Amino acid sequence: MVARIEIALRDDARDSRAERIKREIVHFLRLPVEKVRTIDVYTIDAVLSTQELSSAASGPFCDPVIQTYSIDTPAAKDFDFLVEVGFRPGVTDNVGRTAREAIEYVTGRPFKPGEGVYTSVQYLFTGRLSLEDTNRIATELLCNTLIQRFHVLDCASYFKQGGITQTVPKVTGENRSMVSEIDLEASNEELLRISREGVLALTLEEMRIIQAHYRDPLVLEKRLSVGLGGKPTDVELEALAQTWSEHCKHKIFAGTVHYEDEKGNRSEINSLFKSFIQRTTKEVRERLADKDFCLSVFKDNAGVIKFDDDWSLVFKVETHNSPSALDPYGGALTGIVGVNRDPFGTGKGAKLIFNTDVFCFADPFYEKPLPPRLLHPRRIYEGVVEGVEHGGNKSGIPTVNGSIVFDPHFAGKPLVFCGTAGIMPAMINGEPSHTKKINPGDLIVMAGGRIGKDGIHGATFSSEELTESSPVSAVQIGDPITQKRMFDFLIRARDRGLYNFITDNGAGGLSSSVGEMSGECGGCRMDLALAPLKYPGLDPWEVLISEAQERMSLAVSTEKIDEFISMAKSFGVEVTVLGEFTDSGYFHILHGEHTVAYLPVSFMHEGLPPLQLQAKWEPPRHEEPLLEMKGDYTGDLLKLLSSLNICSKESVVRRYDHEVQGGSVVKPFTGVTNDGPSDGAVVRPILGSFAGVVTAHGISPRYSDIDTYHMTANAIDEGLRNYVAVGGSLDLVAGLDNFCWCDPVLSEKTPDGPYKMAQLVRANQALYDVCLAYSLPLISGKDSMKNDFQDGNTKISIPPTLLFSLIGRIEDVRQAITMDVKRPGDIVYLLGKTGAELGGSEYFAMMGFIGNSVPVVDTVKAYRRYRAFHEAVVAGLVASCHDLSDGGLAVAAAESAFSGGCGMALDLSRVLYKGDPKEKNDTVLLFSESASRHLVSVRPDKRDSFEEMMSGNCFASIGVVTEEPLLAVTGLGGGIVVKTGLAEMKEAWQKTLRDL
Amino acid sequence: MKKTKAIVITGNGTNCEMEAANACRLAGFDEADIVHISELLEGKVRLDDYHFLNLTGGFLDGDDLGSAKAQANRLKYAQVEGANEHLIDQLMRFIADAKPILGVCNGFQLMIKMGLLPAFNGNYLDQVATLTFNDCGRFQDRWVYLKNNPASPSIFTKGIEKGIYLPIRHGEGKFVAASPEVLKEIEQRNLAVLKYSDPAFSAPTMEFPLNPNGSVNAIAGLCDATGRLMGLMPHPEAFHHRTNHPRWTREDLPEEGDGLIIFRNAVEYVKANLL
Repeated sequence: MVARIEIALRDDARDSRAERIKREIVHFLRLPVEKVRTIDVYTIDAVLSTQELSSAASGPFCDPVIQTYSIDTPAAKDFDFLVEVGFRPGVTDNVGRTAREAIEYVTGRPFKPGEGVYTSVQYLFTGRLSLEDTNRIATELLCNTLIQRFHVLDCASYFKQGGITQTVPKVTGENRSMVSEIDLEASNEELLRISREGVLALTLEEMRIIQAHYRDPLVLEKRLSVGLGGKPTDVELEALAQTWSEHCKHKIFAGTVHYEDEKGNRSEINSLFKSFIQRTTKEVRERLADKDFCLSVFKDNAGVIKFDDDWSLVFKVETHNSPSALDPYGGALTGIVGVNRDPFGTGKGAKLIFNTDVFCFADPFYEKPLPPRLLHPRRIYEGVVEGVEHGGNKSGIPTVNGSIVFDPHFAGKPLVFCGTAGIMPAMINGEPSHTKKINPGDLIVMAGGRIGKDGIHGATFSSEELTESSPVSAVQIGDPITQKRMFDFLIRARDRGLYNFITDNGAGGLSSSVGEMSGECGGCRMDLALAPLKYPGLDPWEVLISEAQERMSLAVSTEKIDEFISMAKSFGVEVTVLGEFTDSGYFHILHGEHTVAYLPVSFMHEGLPPLQLQAKWEPPRHEEPLLEMKGDYTGDLLKLLSSLNICSKESVVRRYDHEVQGGSVVKPFTGVTNDGPSDGAVVRPILGSFAGVVTAHGISPRYSDIDTYHMTANAIDEGLRNYVAVGGSLDLVAGLDNFCWCDPVLSEKTPDGPYKMAQLVRANQALYDVCLAYSLPLISGKDSMKNDFQDGNTKISIPPTLLFSLIGRIEDVRQAITMDVKRPGDIVYLLGKTGAELGGSEYFAMMGFIGNSVPVVDTVKAYRRYRAFHEAVVAGLVASCHDLSDGGLAVAAAESAFSGGCGMALDLSRVLYKGDPKEKNDTVLLFSESASRHLVSVRPDKRDSFEEMMSGNCFASIGVVTEEPLLAVTGLGGGIVVKTGLAEMKEAWQKTLRDL
Repeated sequence: MKKTKAIVITGNGTNCEMEAANACRLAGFDEADIVHISELLEGKVRLDDYHFLNLTGGFLDGDDLGSAKAQANRLKYAQVEGANEHLIDQLMRFIADAKPILGVCNGFQLMIKMGLLPAFNGNYLDQVATLTFNDCGRFQDRWVYLKNNPASPSIFTKGIEKGIYLPIRHGEGKFVAASPEVLKEIEQRNLAVLKYSDPAFSAPTMEFPLNPNGSVNAIAGLCDATGRLMGLMPHPEAFHHRTNHPRWTREDLPEEGDGLIIFRNAVEYVKANLL
C-alpha cells in the first residue's frame, strides 16, 4: 500500500527556500519567473491504517503553525509549471530515514523489510515560462540527474491527471548473490578490456602480475583445498583492484622515478614518499630529540602528536574531488563526514574538535560553454558549500579555518579538501591512546550504516580521470546523524575498553578496512552473507567493496562482544559480527559456507612491484610583462580587493558553525565589525584550561605555472606564517601535506607526463628542504593524482596543488593575536624584506600575465624572525599581526586597516628591499608577494621592547595607524600613490561573493 | 546541604552538551550530568533526580522533518522501559515540581514545537508558535545583541541590566506566532524575554543582520508565565569566557562571558526553591 503525504506552507507563511530558488533562476538562468513555492512530499510504501497515516501527517511531518498536510490529495495550486524532484532508487534519503523512524514511534512497531519512506520536493512556478524553460530549471538548477529523478508538468496536465504519477524509488533486485570467475588466460588487449569494463583501473602490468599469481601451482593447490578453482573470482579481482588502486596504494608516490633535471643530471628516486616525506619527519624528529612530540605518524588513519602530558592531538586532511565533480553536494558532504572518521578511527579513537575546509573552484561567474558531464562552476560552488555546511554543522564540529581558491583549470575537477582534528586522553585504560592491536581470534565487527550499492568503485574510479562514462554508483550521500549516533556510542565503548582496534570504512569499503586489519594480525575469515544490507540484490563483490557511508570496522574480543552489542543496541546503533581475525596469512572471504575469495595477505599488500616513472624538468619561460609605472595605484588596489582569490568569503563562512563546543578563541572573522579575515584559528579543546590548539594552512597553486618547487615552498611558508601570525608556538607544531596533481604518468593520454612528474619531484624536494628548515614534522597527508577531465580531445588538468595544513599549540590562548589594527597612534612594522617577485602574483594575473620571478623563500632568516616574533607575542608586545600573501603589502594593509576601523599611513621608502636596486619601484613594493612577511602594529609604549626583541632580524617601521579612516601610501617619489577610504576598500572587498 | 544537580540531555544529534554542562558547573551547579536519551528511555536515569533540565543545541535527527520535529514526536510517544510511563510523563512531573528548564537553539525549537512555550494557562502540550527558516534562507553563525525585558517573569534573566551579547548559529530561528492574538498575549504577559536589538540595547530591530532571521517582533527568547521555562535561539553556553567574544583582542571585557548569568540564575533559583 502506497500513500502520499504532501506538506504545503500556509499561504501567509514565507517560503525562504523557494525565494532562494527564485533568486538563482533570475540571476543564474535569467528566466522570467514571478513566483516559486515548494511542497514537501513523503511517499510511504508501508502498511499503515488511515488513523496512523493522519497521526504521522499531522504530527511529526507537519508544523501546524505554518504548514498544512494532505494525504493522497494533490496540494499544489496556483502555478503555471510544476517540477517534482526525488531521489533515484538506492540513493541515500536521510529525510526518508528520519520519517520512517518517526512513523515507527507513532505506530509503536518497526517497518517490515522492503517497507520504506521516500521523500521528494515539488517546486511550483508562476511566470511566463515555457516547458523548455522549466526543463532547464529542473536540469540546470533543481536536479542532479545522476542521483535524482524529476517530473515536469504544466498546470493543465497536472489537474487533468489528478496530480503527479506515483513513483516509489525502491531498489528492486532479486537476491541472487552471484559469484563469477574471470578467465585471465587471455591476450593483453583482453586483459585491458577486463580492467577497463570492470572499472578496475588496473594496468596491463598489474593484470599480468595477477595472471602470474593464478598460474602458480602452489596457489592453485591452496585454492582447491578451500573449494575454489584456478580462475580468480570477481570478489578477488575486485578486492585486488581496491587494494592496488592509486587511491589506496599511492603507487605514484611509492614508484621509482627516473628524474632528469634542467641541466641533464639524472637520478633515480626510490619512492617519493620514503625519500622525501617520511625522511623529513624522521630527520626532524631526530633533531628534536627529547623535544620530539610526534606519537604516531603515517601508519594510522591520521597523525597523532602530543598536546600536553594528559592529551594527544589527532589531525587528518582528505580530498574528495572526483565525487564532488559528479555530485557536489553529496560528494562534499561525504568528504567532511568521511574525514571525520579518520581521527575517530585513529589509535583507540579521538573526540573530534574542529574541521577545516579548502575548496578550489573555477570562476562561478563563468559564461562560456562547458564540455559534457562537467557541471557549471557555480553549481559546484553551491553544492560543495552546502554539502560541507550540512556535514560539519550537523556533526557538531566547528569549522574553524579554510579558504577558497579560484583558477580556470579547476573546471576540470574541483578540489575539496576537508580536514578534521581530534583529541584523546594520552592514556586510555592504562595504554597509550595512539596504539591498538588485533589479536588472532578477535571478532570482525562492522558498526553503523548498512551496505548498499552506493560508492561502488569509488576508489578505483577516483584513480582515473573523469570521463563521460564515469560510474553513477561512485556517488554517495553522507548521513551525519547516523554517524553521530555511532560516534556517541563508540566513544563510550572506547572508554570502557570494549574493542581492541578500530578503523574507518572509506575507500574500498570492507575490502580495504578488513584487508588492512588483516595485514595487522596476519589474516581474516569473513562471511559476507552476514553483512546487513540496505536492500537485497547485492552480489558478494559489491558487499565487499561498497563505500556505503557511516561505517567503522572494529576488532572486538570474544569476552567483550556481548557487552559491546548490548551497549550498541541501547544507543540505536547497528553492529554486526562478520567473522574473525586470524593469523592464517590469508584474506579468506566466504558467502555462507562457500569461499568466494582466498588471497594471501602478502600478495595483496606486497605483491605489487614499484611503478617505473619518467620525469624530466624543463623550466618554463613565460612572457615578462612590461611594468608601466603609475602615479596612483588606488584603482589597482580596489580591483585586487574585488578579485576572486582575495575578496571576502564571508557569505560562505557564516554558513559554517565555527563556535560549537564553546572553545573558539580566534574566529574566522575578527575586527571592529566582526568581518576582518583571520590568518588562522585558535580553539580551546579543554574548556577547563587556557592551553589552545592553533591551526592554519597555505596553498598557492598559481606558482605552479612557474615552478612547483616554489609553489610548495610558498605554500608551506604561508601556512607557517599564518600560524605564527595568530600566536602559534614553534616548539609544538606539525604539518600535513595534501598533494592534488594532474596525472603525471606518461601515456597516450598524457604525453607531458614526464614534465608533470618532474613537477611532483620538485614539489617533494621543496617539502623536504623547507620542512627541515622550519623543523616541521609531517604527521599525515594524502595524495590525489588523477585530477584531469578528458572528453575526446578536450582535456582539462588542474594546476599541481599542495595544501599545507598545520596544527600546533599556544601555551595560553589569552596571548593570541588578531589581524585588525587596534588603535590610532600604533606603529606599523613590516617584518621581512620585499623583492621584485611578482611572478605568479595576483597583480600579474589581474593584468593577464604569469611572469617568471616567483617568490623565493629564505627559510633561515624567516625561521629566526618567526621565533623572535613569537617571543614578542608571548611578551604581550604585539597589537595586531597580518600575514602578507595574495596582493602583497597593499592588500594586507587595506585588510588590517578596514578590519580595525582605523586608517593607516605608510611610506614605501622605508620598506626593506632585497635584490636588484634597478627593479625597486612602487608596483613591486605594493603588490609583490615575497614570502615570509608580516604586517604588525605595536603600541608606542611597547616600541622599544618590541624592536629590542626583533633586533638582528629584517624588519622596519613603515608607518602608523591613524584616526582618519583612510589608507594613505607615500611612494618612493614622495607622492601619495594610494589614497582611499576604509569604506570603499571594504565594499570592494565584500561585494564580489556577497550574494552567492 | 543537598547538592544542586543539572542534567543535559544528549543523543540523536545534540551538539552542545559539553559546553552546556561546562556552563552549569561554572555557574555553580554541584553536578552537571550529560545523559544520553537512551539512558532515560531505558530507565537507568530519571529526570526526577535532577533540579535543572538543559535541552541544548544541535541538529536533532538532522532537523530532517523541520527542526526538532522528530524529537518532539519521540518524546511524545517513547515509553520508559520497566516503568509504566512515557518520557513525557517524567517531563510533565518535572514542570509540575516547579523545576526550571532551559532550551537553547535546537532545544528552544523543541520546546516551542512540543508546546512547552509559551504554554498559555499552563497548557504545556499545545503548539501556538514556531521557529522556521531564516528569512535570508541560510544558516547563520554571527553574534547578536539581545535586549532584556526586565518585566518578564523569567527566572533566568534576573540582574541583566540592558541586555547581553551572544552568538546565534541556526538556519531555522525565525519566530512566528500562530495568530496576532497569540503574539499579543506573549507581549502583554511579557513572555518575550529577549529581543534582537541594536548594539546599545535601546530598541528591538527587524534589520538584518542585527535580527539575523526575521523573527516577528524581533523575538529571540521566550518564557512561560511561571518564568521557569525559557527558550532562546542564541547560545549562552558559548559565551562563558571573554575569549569567546569576537572582539576580545580589542576590547576591555570582564573575565566572565555574558552567557553565564543565565545559568547562575538557574542555580540560585534551585538553591532558593528546590533544596
